Amino acid sequence: MNDQLRELYQEVVIDHNRSPRNFGELPPPARELNGHNPLCGDKIKLSLRMNGDCIDDIKFSGEGCAISVASASLMTEAVKGLSAEEAKHMTSGLLEMMVGDDREATASGKLAALKGVRDFPGRVKCATLAWHTLEALLDNGTGVVSTE
Amino acid sequence: MAAAVAAEFDVHKLRADFPALKQSVHGQPLAYLDNAASAQKPEAVLAAVDECYRRYYSNIHRGVHALSVRCTERYEQARDKARDWINAGRREEIVFLRGATEAINLVANSYGSRLGPGDEVLITGMEHHSNIVPWQMLCERSGARLRHIPLTDVGELDAGAVGGLLCGKTKVLAVTHVANSLGTINDIRALGAEAHRHGAVVVVDGAQAVPHMAVDVQRLGCDFYAFSGHKMFGPSGVGVLYGRYDLLAEMPPWQGGGDMIAEVSMERSVYSAPPARFEAGTPNIAGVIGLGAAIDYMRSQDMEALCRHEEELLHYATRQLQELPGVRLIGTAANKCALVSFVVDGVHAHDVGTVLDADGIAVRAGHHCSMPVMQRFMVAATVRASFALYNTRQEIDRMVRSVRKAAEMFK
Repeated sequence: MNDQLRELYQEVVIDHNRSPRNFGELPPPARELNGHNPLCGDKIKLSLRMNGDCIDDIKFSGEGCAISVASASLMTEAVKGLSAEEAKHMTSGLLEMMVGDDREATASGKLAALKGVRDFPGRVKCATLAWHTLEALLDNGTGVVSTE
Repeated sequence: MAAAVAAEFDVHKLRADFPALKQSVHGQPLAYLDNAASAQKPEAVLAAVDECYRRYYSNIHRGVHALSVRCTERYEQARDKARDWINAGRREEIVFLRGATEAINLVANSYGSRLGPGDEVLITGMEHHSNIVPWQMLCERSGARLRHIPLTDVGELDAGAVGGLLCGKTKVLAVTHVANSLGTINDIRALGAEAHRHGAVVVVDGAQAVPHMAVDVQRLGCDFYAFSGHKMFGPSGVGVLYGRYDLLAEMPPWQGGGDMIAEVSMERSVYSAPPARFEAGTPNIAGVIGLGAAIDYMRSQDMEALCRHEEELLHYATRQLQELPGVRLIGTAANKCALVSFVVDGVHAHDVGTVLDADGIAVRAGHHCSMPVMQRFMVAATVRASFALYNTRQEIDRMVRSVRKAAEMFK
């Protein structure tokens, strides 16, 4: 189990938890959406500025465990500069890697670090919260995204 | 019922009664420290439930056949055991329900039906959601006002505030006996007496108390007392509402159905007397019988020795955790049950919980269904280790080592 624990809390995850990238909020008129995991209380707020169809800037704020913070931080780094379509494609790939049936699914670069969560069914929602929130935000969702 | 009393509290002998404790989790021996969420079951309870289904299971209160008669007897014996266990005045004051949550909902719905605008319900800042939400729903429905007694920094009720909150408008005081997220034991007797002086009824959530202490509802002087079977080593899905008979007798039914009526025509029904009035439908028969076995199990313990053992665990865990740098205990009341709720500097409770789980240690990490408590102490979540009669100092040592490891990992 301690191997899986190291797999979950890789250096990249620890680092992004300790110093989250793109933490904060963008000034109006940025698009905003809140995500909430009611079971454990993790909360995230994403704010997003588009330039045409391109993600010009994205920030996140809120509070949560190392997994949810690192996942959000890694996500903001990865999607900045992508088109909405590309970001959605990346999101579905990440969700497949973390919770999908295909155990071989992976992601490129640092995002691969999030795969460790597969072995922790109780923690999967911590990792997926930011991505579900992004998905909804790109689809012009409103209200609060919930993992339940 | 005469029960053998153990001369000395032998925790290792007692652990042998609980089959679930004899297992490895992630390659480590299980240290089960999540008893405030739900406790493990002794062989005696498993055997009672098993025997019910194998030998005499049938519906109760209606059959003329042998199995139904026998099953009804066992079910009603459990009522006597529950009466005896909390020292209710009479057996009709024991209502079997799904658990403490349903018991509180019953009181809020049935007794609560007499509340209206101008009335007040007083709760406290340390309640489990199950003793908050039913009263919020009642107040929304009835126009009554919900107020709460605030907490001090150590997690006790702010005694100075009680005087200003209890008044002639207060119709219900709903308070927990032991706080699930803080461990605080409330002085129900004193608080209840004050509420009674203002004419309020006193509803006590006893879910966290019954596994740890001998409860005497008459001595406490409460009007309603709710508890669950699963936290006191009985089956899940069963619990008890104690209600003073004169109050129960005046209360309307909450749910309608079979078993709660004396007579039904197409126009109207005549309701049974309590407790049947509040036990509509086929109940959790085997669960109730299992709860009876759990009560027998508790009664076979030397309660004084059990309390001493748990108190030692509490003090040991408190000392060990206080010595860890960066660990802060949430809830340090003078009178406290055997649980420690804490936060680790810079490490979220869920991450601590996952590290502990990898070492075979089961704790709860989260808001413990007490979000207002978390808000009061300005934390998102805590780690909670809650002890039962079968826990040991060695398990606490393992937990403390694991917490230290978590703190190192995220440094």
